[in-house]
Amino acid sequence: MTEHTSRHYERELQELKEKILLLGGTVEEMIASAMKSLLSRDAGLARRVIETDPQVDAGELEIDHHCLNLLALRQPAASDLRFIATALKIVTDLERIGDLAVNTAERSIELSKEPPLKPYIDIPRMASAAAEMLHRALDAFVKRDPDEARGVLAADDAVDKLYVQLFRELLTYMIEEPQNVSRALGITFIAKYLERIADHATNIAQMVIFMCEGRDVRHPAAQDLVAREE
Amino acid sequence: MKGTLMTEVRIAPATKSSPPASAAEETPMIQIERLELFYGAKPALKGISMTILKNRVTAFIGPSGCGKSTLLRCLNRMNDLIEGVRIAGSIRVGGADIYAPRTDITALRKRVGMVFQKSNPFPKSIFDNVAYGPRLLGQRGRAALEGIVEKSLRASALWEEVRDRLHESALGLSGGQQQRLCIARAIAVEPDILLMDEPCSALDPIATAKIEELMEELKNRYTIVVVTHNMQQAARASDYTGFLLMGDLVEFGETAKLFTTPGDRRTEDYITGRFG
Repeated sequence: MTEHTSRHYERELQELKEKILLLGGTVEEMIASAMKSLLSRDAGLARRVIETDPQVDAGELEIDHHCLNLLALRQPAASDLRFIATALKIVTDLERIGDLAVNTAERSIELSKEPPLKPYIDIPRMASAAAEMLHRALDAFVKRDPDEARGVLAADDAVDKLYVQLFRELLTYMIEEPQNVSRALGITFIAKYLERIADHATNIAQMVIFMCEGRDVRHPAAQDLVAREE
Repeated sequence: MKGTLMTEVRIAPATKSSPPASAAEETPMIQIERLELFYGAKPALKGISMTILKNRVTAFIGPSGCGKSTLLRCLNRMNDLIEGVRIAGSIRVGGADIYAPRTDITALRKRVGMVFQKSNPFPKSIFDNVAYGPRLLGQRGRAALEGIVEKSLRASALWEEVRDRLHESALGLSGGQQQRLCIARAIAVEPDILLMDEPCSALDPIATAKIEELMEELKNRYTIVVVTHNMQQAARASDYTGFLLMGDLVEFGETAKLFTTPGDRRTEDYITGRFG
C-alpha cells in the first residue's frame, strides 16, 4: 500500500499495529504457559500467567487511547478507518483471551493440588487448535489477508466438537465417582475457556475480513434484519 | 468496479437513513452523458457520465486541477464565457438539454443558481442584494419584494441576524453572513438547483457549520451540487460524492459508502491521504 503523505500519521498507524501485535503475542504466550502449567503441574508458572494480566489490561487501555486519538485528530477514512475500527474491536477480544488464560492458570493451580484425574489428551489438542486460530487471526490482521482469516472461521467447528466430546467424557467421570467431581469440573471449565478463546479468535478473524473487504460477515441472520430496516 | 472508470450512466441507490420514502425521492435532476471539455487542445473533462438526484446534496471532490470546478461550471454554462473552450456530450437539467442551441441562458441561470468561493455581495444594501434577481426578472411590487427578501433570508438562516438592518450595506456583514446572503440572493429567484463552488473555504469552522446545516435544510427544496477541497465537508454534508482525477470521474456513489469502502484504489489513496 502507498504511504500516507503525512509520515506522522503513517507512523501512528504503524504503532497501533505494533501495539496490537505485542498484546497478541503476550496473550498467545499466556495461553501456552497456562497449558504448560496444567500439563506439568507447575503452580509457579501458572502464577506467572496470572501476574501478566495487569500488563494485558494496560495494553488494552493504551490501544483504546491510541485509537481514540487517531479518530479525533486524523479523521481517518476508508481502509484506515476500517483498520482503526478493527483495532478497537479486537483489542477487547485480546483482553478477554488474556482473562481466559488467567482463568485456565487458576484452575491449573487448583488441579495441581490433587492427584491427576486422567492423562490429558483432548485438552492440549484444544489448546493448540485455539492458539493456532488466534495466531492465524493475528497473522491475517498483519498481512491484511482475508483468506487467512476465512481459514480461522472454518477451524472453529473442530474446537467446538472437541469441547462437546470432552464435556461428555468428563460427565461420565463425574457420574461414576462423586470424588472425581471437583477435578472433572476444573477440567470442564478449562475446556470451556479454550472454546471461548477460539470464539474470540473467530471474532478477530471476522473483523479482519471487514477490515480488508469492507464487508461485515458477522451474524448473517441479523444482517438481513438490518438490511430490511434500512 | 475496481480499477475501471465508472463512465457509464448510473443512478446511485439511495439508502440513507433519514429521508422520507416516496417515489419522487429518486428523481434524476441532472443527467450528464459523455461530457468532454477542452481548454484549447487540453482535455479537462474526459467523458463524464453521471446522474445527480433531485433534493440531494452531491459533492465533487478531487485534487486541484482534477476538473471538479470545471464540471460544476458546465451545469449552468459558465464555461461558455471562457475563450477556447470546447464541449461535447450532453447535460440535461430536468430532461432539457442545456447545450441545445435554443437554450435561453438567462432562464437556465435562473434555474441553476450559483454560490462562489468568495462571497461577492453587491455594494448595496442587504435588501437590494436579495431583491436584485427578482427585480431583474421584472418584479417591481414593494410588498412582493419584501416578501421574497424575508423568505429568502429566512431560508438562508440569516433573517434573525439582519432583520433590523436590511437597508444597511451588505459589506458590513461578516464573511459567513455574506456567504449566507449570497445563498439568499441565489434562492430569491427560486432556482431548482444550487451550485456551490468551495462555499466555505474562506469561512471559520462555525460559519462553515452553519452553511453545512443550511445545505441540509435547503436540499428539501433544491438540488445542491457542491465542489469542495475539504473531504470532511463532503463526508459531513453530502449524500453522494463524485471523486474526480485528471478529468475522469473515478468513482461516484453514496457518500457513506465512498468514505468507508471506496471501490477504486485511487479514491482510497485520495481520501486516506496517500495522494501524491
